Amino acid sequence: MMQKAKGKVVSVNESLVGAKTTEGSVMNGEVAYIVIEDGKRLKSEVIDVKPDDMVYLQVFEDTSWMKVGDLVEFSGLPLAVKLGPGILGSVTDGLQNPLYELAKKEWFLERGLVVEPLDTTIKWHFTPSVQKGDLATGGTVLGSVPEKLFQHKIFVPFSIQGGHTIEQIAPEGDYTVDEPIAVIKDTMGKSIELKMVFEWPVKKPMPFNERSVPVNPMPTGIRILDALFPIAYGGTACNPGPFGAGKTVLQHSLARHSQADVVIIAACGERAGEAVEVFKDFPELIDPRTGKSLMDRTYIVGNTSSMPVAAREASVYMATTVGEYYRKQGLNVLILADSTSRWAQALRETSGRKEEIPGPEAFPMYISTLISAFYDRAGIELLPDGKTGSLSIIGTVSPAGGNFDEPVTQATLLSTGAFWGLSRALSDARKYPAIDRIDSNSKYPSLLNRDEVSFLLELLRDGKTIASNIILMGEKGITDEAYIRYQKAELLDAVFLQQNSFHEVDGVTTPDRLRAMFTMVKEIIDTTVGVKGKEEIRSHFNFIRQAFLDWNYLKPDEEGFEKQKMKLVNLVKQREHVAENV
Amino acid sequence: MLQKTYENIDSIGRAILGIKAKDVHNKELAEVIYPDGQKAFAQVIALDGDQVTLQLFGGGFGVSTDCKIRFLGKPVQVGFSDDMLGRVYSGNGQPIDGGPELLSDMVRVAGPSINPVKRLIPKDMIRTGVPMIDVFNTLVRSQKIPIFAKAGEPYNRLLANIATQTDADVIIIGGVGLKYDEFHYFRQRIEEAGSKSKTIMFVHTHRDSIVEGLMVPDLALAVAEQFALQGKNVFVLLSDMTQWSDYLRQVANAQDQIPANQGYPGDLYSQLASRYEKAADIEGAGSLTILGVTTMDDVTHPVPDNTGYITEGQFYMKDGYLELFGSLSRLKQQVNDRTRPDHRSIMNAMARLLSEAEERVKAQKFGSVKDDYSLRLLDYRKTFQKELMDPFRYLELEDALDLCWDTLAQHFKKEEVGLSSKLIEEYWPEKGKFKILKEMTHE
Ligand SMILES: Nc1ncnc2c1ncn2[C@@H]1O[C@H](COP(=O)(O)OP(=O)(O)OP(=O)(O)O)[C@@H](O)[C@H]1O
Ligand SMILES: [Mg+2]
Repeated sequence: MMQKAKGKVVSVNESLVGAKTTEGSVMNGEVAYIVIEDGKRLKSEVIDVKPDDMVYLQVFEDTSWMKVGDLVEFSGLPLAVKLGPGILGSVTDGLQNPLYELAKKEWFLERGLVVEPLDTTIKWHFTPSVQKGDLATGGTVLGSVPEKLFQHKIFVPFSIQGGHTIEQIAPEGDYTVDEPIAVIKDTMGKSIELKMVFEWPVKKPMPFNERSVPVNPMPTGIRILDALFPIAYGGTACNPGPFGAGKTVLQHSLARHSQADVVIIAACGERAGEAVEVFKDFPELIDPRTGKSLMDRTYIVGNTSSMPVAAREASVYMATTVGEYYRKQGLNVLILADSTSRWAQALRETSGRKEEIPGPEAFPMYISTLISAFYDRAGIELLPDGKTGSLSIIGTVSPAGGNFDEPVTQATLLSTGAFWGLSRALSDARKYPAIDRIDSNSKYPSLLNRDEVSFLLELLRDGKTIASNIILMGEKGITDEAYIRYQKAELLDAVFLQQNSFHEVDGVTTPDRLRAMFTMVKEIIDTTVGVKGKEEIRSHFNFIRQAFLDWNYLKPDEEGFEKQKMKLVNLVKQREHVAENV
Repeated sequence: MLQKTYENIDSIGRAILGIKAKDVHNKELAEVIYPDGQKAFAQVIALDGDQVTLQLFGGGFGVSTDCKIRFLGKPVQVGFSDDMLGRVYSGNGQPIDGGPELLSDMVRVAGPSINPVKRLIPKDMIRTGVPMIDVFNTLVRSQKIPIFAKAGEPYNRLLANIATQTDADVIIIGGVGLKYDEFHYFRQRIEEAGSKSKTIMFVHTHRDSIVEGLMVPDLALAVAEQFALQGKNVFVLLSDMTQWSDYLRQVANAQDQIPANQGYPGDLYSQLASRYEKAADIEGAGSLTILGVTTMDDVTHPVPDNTGYITEGQFYMKDGYLELFGSLSRLKQQVNDRTRPDHRSIMNAMARLLSEAEERVKAQKFGSVKDDYSLRLLDYRKTFQKELMDPFRYLELEDALDLCWDTLAQHFKKEEVGLSSKLIEEYWPEKGKFKILKEMTHE
């Protein structure tokens, strides 16, 4: 057993603190506490071990009032997250302190405050699934407890290796996460007491039992994604965009409507108000798929922009580790990270203070390695019991000046399977979601079939070409035929790709309805319009657009839904081949 | 606490000083004592062994190696009391209006963030009387939102209008790098509006040191936060945050920090965010709303760019108009469904048509716009600009909405505007029955 080190502060530069150890040995990545004058213990992490007993710490809290000579107590343990029942439905800061609990102590996020991450007063109803004498090792399921929507498996901590036997197992009953529920013994006869909760170092990916390739699309309720640029269970997506283009609205929409079992929101270095909207609204919202509160499947970790910068990194990794844990439960987990650029910027700040050699835009050289390693933690896992779990990651990127040609966007592009580039031109024109229809892509399968996707993309490309011709030559400069094709592309955009996130009905589209809408859109596109003259053509499509939008805003079980659909079909058919009949 | 004085200054830079000293706290307040006994403030910003780096509030000019540094054993604080209302302070927190110094409680500056669970979801519209704001980008209590504009645009006039035309309990003006006439203008407007007794000014002008300028937002926000905690609805005006960012750049460069973009430090985003995030509607207390000014030539410049990523939208002012495109209130959807039933829809319809018109403006360069609909779009755009985009035309929201309907009816047919039949039936004004717009008749 390593002897825990002690040391003294020798330098302070914002969140970067230099210390010299006076005793014991130090591990890179271990947690250390700096004890300041008023006795508060500030959490930090060793990020560099140097000659002459020097170590560098990044401090997760404000370093005001620290002094040279302040005591440093090393913990010997890496930064870890507590895993066990009770995570779902909670809201924590980047170091897993539950925010509602902190608020009971102070209105402000005073430094040095810590609260147990998992509520130790809740009694969980434990049902064992092993018996005394059974074999056990890391990952063996000891039993389960009901947590919100599902049975939460209680594992032997994944860090335990080699064969053990169950020496004691708690009988069915109610236990807190603090109470022992099992004792296991290794081959040497050494016993280990186990609880329902254990720790895992956040920066160490949990090993996959067996990995598989993401192939099944995850319905998100967002039409442009599900139809054109899908995300798969276990897949990854890169969502860059200039400020105000709609990254966060998209993330919130995904958090509400995606068909995932568990959604983890990592609010990283963004506005506090946005996280507040989620954790104050979600408890009130009923998830139509489960009939329960949306918050029941959600975990929010918030290190917002005015919280200590060094903890941004911790928050992203913590979200991921919790995600991996729920994947091991056999669930489909979705991580929404908004914004990964803030994490990268935090790394840049620390790197700068360490005087490392800067790369482009002063980001550290190793930024791309970190980003690809992060997205690599997503994926499909085949579990020992034959079930599958998945972890999908959708990360927003906030490129300087909205220019995608910068290190974080580029590294993310290389590491992810779908690319949803937000365009300023589209968001200015209020064509939400402002996902670029031409430049975005996804390697995952769509809810539509392949031909149908190409059919839509082709129309969009034609529409774009004709639009630029119109600018050059005027409406009079193009044929009626081309103008009709252009109007069809515009219609596809207006009634199918555009979606108002804030509308109760339009804001989410189920796979069935997507299919129905697509059929209608296809019908319109395939119908030969016999109208002549630009004014007439435009007016024809205006009426269709209006009727289609009205239809979009109706619930399928609502009165008038079928009537509106018939009205739409009639409008489409009415002018069909008019010319021929004349 | 014992206050220690040190004499061995090693280095003096533009705003930075290095000295050897012991037992010094990070961020501790210190005094520079000049040989003639004069004093200026400084703050510890880094420690390395016995090497202490200080930021000089009065700047480095005139500081000599025979100055002494006294560490005061306390952090930077600012006074807080109701008696501050009506007064003017410097970036040092000292009164500069000739009035007496006040005995007041000291409160911390640049303190930690409020726990997010103590924040309320913003839900109260602030009526400004500015159509481009009330209709298209509604301002909401506790919002943080800057005006983006070229230097020289009348942004301070708009700030003063909004501050004095709304129902704030307390107005706090933080002036960074203000020209004297700007300072004078704010003061005059506040007095004319009879708002002096609810206003506090923290003012840094070009003749003061840049570090004092850097302090202004922190002092203003620390005081504002106290009022908000007491239940007041506080408006903080910060002008100009581009100046502030430039001071930040100068100090960072003086410390040899590796710059990220165009010389600005890599933490520009975090620095701006920790100020703007003070805006909040606090559960069981009051609120803090921040209206800023960010002067700029190009939105992709690091200052407006980082600001845009932090604030809840921006008002984009150009050639004296408030532009629709480029402006955004991200909180508008929290309130504009509870104003008038047509608000959201007409806002969207007007915006969609205007963006169609903008396409025609592009096309016009090629001389290709000749059809009737396009020409009507272009006319619509003119009316829109003239009637709605003037930031100094005062209209109640309801009148402004009626004006929108008038404008549509002036230029379009009912089926061209993409509004639901229900709304059209209720609000579409027949020719000759316009409520606000002077009807134009075409021959
Ligand atoms: N799908 C949508 N439907 C309706 N409005 C939308 C939609 N997407 C975005 N918006 C509008 O755009 C505004 C800005 O969106 P959002 O906050 O998501 O931008 P962002 O890309 O996250 O910006 P930042 O990088 O600054 O955080 C929203 O407040 C909303 O008004
Ligand atoms: Mg956002």
